[in-house]
Amino acid sequence: MSKSNTTRRRFLTGAAATVGAAAATSFIPTRFAIAAKAPVRVGILLPYSGTYAMLGNSITDAMKLRIAQAGGVMGGRAVEYIAIDSEMSVPKAAQNANKLISKENVDFLVGPVHSGIAAVMAKIVGQRKTPIMIVPNAGSNDVTGGLCAPNIFRTSFSNWQAAYPGGTLMAKEGHKTCATISWKYGAGIQMMAAGRESFAKAGGKSVKDILLPFPNVEFQAHLSEIAELKPDAVFAFFSGGGATKFLKDYAAAGLKDKIPLYGPGFLTEGVEKAAGAAAEGIKTTLHYASNLDNPANKAFRAAYKTSTGNDANVFSVQGYDAGSLMLQAMAAVNGDTGATADIIASMEGSVFLDSPRGVWRMSKAHNPIQDIYVRQVAGGEQKLLGVAAPALEDPATGCKAG
Amino acid sequence: MSRVFANPTNLFLLTALAMLAAFPWFGESFYVGLVVRIMILGILAMSLDLLIGYTGLVSFGHAAFFGLAGYLLAIVTPETGPVSIWYALPVCLGGAALAALVIGWFSVRTSGIYFIMITLAFAQMLYYFFNENMELGGSDGIFIFYKPSVAIGDFQILDLGDHTTFYYFVLVSLILVYALLRVILNAPFGQVLRGIKINEARTQALGFSTFRYKLASFVIAGTIGGYAGFLEATHNGIMSPDFLGWHKSGSIMMIVILGGIGTLWGAVVGAFAMVFLQDWFQELTTHWLLLMGGFVIFVVLFLPRGIAGLVESFSAFLTRAVSRASDKDAP
Amino acid sequence: MDLTSFLIQTMNGVQYGFLLFLVASGLTLVFGIMGIINLAHGAFYMFGAYLVFWLTNVSGNLFLGILLGLPVMLVIGFVIERFAISFLYNRDHLYQVLLTYGLILILNELQKILWGSDFYSVPIPDILKGSFPLTENQDYPVYRLFISFVCALVALGMYGLISRTKLGMMIRAGASDREMAQTLGIDIGRVFAIVFSFGAALAAFAGMIDAPVSSVYPGMGDQILIVSFVVVVIGGIGSIKGAFIGAMLIGLADTFGKVLMPDLASMAVYGTMALILMWRPQGLFGRA
Repeated sequence: MSKSNTTRRRFLTGAAATVGAAAATSFIPTRFAIAAKAPVRVGILLPYSGTYAMLGNSITDAMKLRIAQAGGVMGGRAVEYIAIDSEMSVPKAAQNANKLISKENVDFLVGPVHSGIAAVMAKIVGQRKTPIMIVPNAGSNDVTGGLCAPNIFRTSFSNWQAAYPGGTLMAKEGHKTCATISWKYGAGIQMMAAGRESFAKAGGKSVKDILLPFPNVEFQAHLSEIAELKPDAVFAFFSGGGATKFLKDYAAAGLKDKIPLYGPGFLTEGVEKAAGAAAEGIKTTLHYASNLDNPANKAFRAAYKTSTGNDANVFSVQGYDAGSLMLQAMAAVNGDTGATADIIASMEGSVFLDSPRGVWRMSKAHNPIQDIYVRQVAGGEQKLLGVAAPALEDPATGCKAG
Repeated sequence: MSRVFANPTNLFLLTALAMLAAFPWFGESFYVGLVVRIMILGILAMSLDLLIGYTGLVSFGHAAFFGLAGYLLAIVTPETGPVSIWYALPVCLGGAALAALVIGWFSVRTSGIYFIMITLAFAQMLYYFFNENMELGGSDGIFIFYKPSVAIGDFQILDLGDHTTFYYFVLVSLILVYALLRVILNAPFGQVLRGIKINEARTQALGFSTFRYKLASFVIAGTIGGYAGFLEATHNGIMSPDFLGWHKSGSIMMIVILGGIGTLWGAVVGAFAMVFLQDWFQELTTHWLLLMGGFVIFVVLFLPRGIAGLVESFSAFLTRAVSRASDKDAP
Repeated sequence: MDLTSFLIQTMNGVQYGFLLFLVASGLTLVFGIMGIINLAHGAFYMFGAYLVFWLTNVSGNLFLGILLGLPVMLVIGFVIERFAISFLYNRDHLYQVLLTYGLILILNELQKILWGSDFYSVPIPDILKGSFPLTENQDYPVYRLFISFVCALVALGMYGLISRTKLGMMIRAGASDREMAQTLGIDIGRVFAIVFSFGAALAAFAGMIDAPVSSVYPGMGDQILIVSFVVVVIGGIGSIKGAFIGAMLIGLADTFGKVLMPDLASMAVYGTMALILMWRPQGLFGRA
């Protein structure tokens, strides 16, 4: 993993130069001439420490790569990054977001990974006109649902989107009953609900819904329960270390060959090597697959490998597209960060033809309308099987803007 | 009055207080918000100092009351508008007090390591309760959309949504909590607590029910901790289980030690020092936790009396120097 | 729940209990004998898991990895005792809590610097790879049985060590009366250093032997630490026997709590503790 040297933090070091206070300066006729010289301020709130540091680094590296590929400028202006380590801490989220917004006066706010932090940020940003917030991971349905706002965009996915096609897939492969198992937190609950929804729509029935306290990884008792219930299939979501352990325990209990496992792509994403044989053959659904056959993906993966030394993953794709989103909008307004309404209009209408994940466009609720793929782990890698749901749009439940 | 000024420590405190009172006039809004947070942390740390520094009860679950009261505010605040402070505050404080009474009833009869472990375990129990309760947002936390209203009838007394007003509200709270704790500690009740800390068996032999005194101290501290939680929830607008976790309890303990145990004001100084230090470390390196860990160990080994210990030594040195100088002048 | 699944869940609970015992026994040993409260015990557990991941990769074998890793952990424990813990014997528990809290921060960060924030898995050795069928569709891995077997051996070994050997006698003497032990010519400082590094190695050993089933990831010590504390408190601080009973109780309470009342599973563990403390505030086998 590359060391993102991005945690530049300033604190009580005197009044920092506060250019780009767009709202206040918009009455001055010469603002554009002044502003054009100053760099665009991009605030980043992502985890750089703890369990999810890998995600924060992947997103940041890819976003910077995208902007560097465009010559390091957006709409003719240089870019300055102000990054804060979110520490995955919800209590610190408001403080960190306020620091970027009120003190650093950022034009764009990129983050976060964690859905709880996303909710805090969305609440703060949604009450204001600026900055423009871009969510490069957190999948909480609410961010582009109940909490949606004109200046909040997402370049990743919604939990619903990632899981819904999984239930359909399960039914399509002939399964009538399933058990669901996940962590008892926002992402787990939303994904399981989406999986059950589509499974039921296709005539299936969930016989048992198991939720473990996050981040508990003692699965044994629940695996015995599943073995006793004998459902046709199991729909599961865990991520990172928890996913690895779940897959291994599931296989070790002898369930893998008897009750096939399905889930949103995060169940097997990035854990193929750690889980080894226990992950082989498992089918999941996600908005990206590493061997997607399009030129943009190949070029991106090569460039990412060169610049960071790591293999690109779904998180880096989301960061890369966050960069593209800003570039497109800034080009449309010629670098005028004060033209918030125009930036939003441009972002709303944006279509991404050259994204590594394939073509996608922004929905009215500001969430990607994108293809969801079926992938299968084979030989320690994600193999693309096909499209599970073309141009899938999140229902954006609760969003009045949509 | 002149005796108050003669003590350099008091001078230091009064100067600091004056600076705090003037801060909103010249501080940037971001820093005003930050100082609010630190002052709330100071109130929380003072309440823990009552236990650690004066009663000799090393509670490793103090964040429980802080978080519980915050959650109670989230529960009583409707989604459609603000809750009246006359209703919300008693609920929050009462809830924290009740929890402290129950947890204290179990734990203060033990001592030493048992007490530390049991308070920790109870706090974790509450942590898991909120972590798993999806109606309260689970591990993602829950919003408090409106700050409590302070009004009589239709007449609004204070607007807590106003940053400056809230700043002074917290500052006054800080001063009042300090004064309240001072009064408690100077009263006979406080003398008994100190007695318990120094030698519990002897205090008991003198005819005091040390169990009741310790329990009362635990409940007072829990209630004040709850008040800090009420303020934090009002300020932050969100509550999450992390507010009750054992890392939070550990960091409050660290603040009390860093500031200097058994001084009350040291806890507030510790809160300022801790926040600034952490920020400085984070600026130095991404591996700032390494520095923080090293610093914690350094303080434990070499600075057990904390910053207050330093200030008091310095203050004593000044007093001696002044009196020596005046001795010379006298004859 | 029928009889079969009841038995299977009991087995799951006992197996979890064995592992908890392995972690908790080191904790209670250090508590009981040295009067030291060691929050970094969970971090030692994590460090053990990372060490065995690294050394298994280097040596190609889990058993070799454990054999190579244990001395490393003994040395780390010894150094920490000499340069930090040993200054705290006459100080308030408060300072022990804080110092070991500082150690957690350092060890967690060191782990990140040494091995990154990725998660890894450790392969199960070939001879222990299989599994045997329990019911028509559930198997039980041999390696899990092996863990229980090893934990039982360690439990017996510790019992023997403390009650039968000279070192055990010195340890018991030091625990009950420090000054008396010293006048009898026992170098209490050295005994404590040995006990602390032994405790650290026990925690690490638990992490090592659990690594193939748990996988290795940052922060893995935090969860187990708190549960181990509960085990130690229930059993009575300092009592190995208590730690064993406490671990079994918690292992079973957790397992059946999950199955029977999934909404309150983690509360079940703490509820068990509260009930036991109501009855015996000093724990099952603790000295008041």
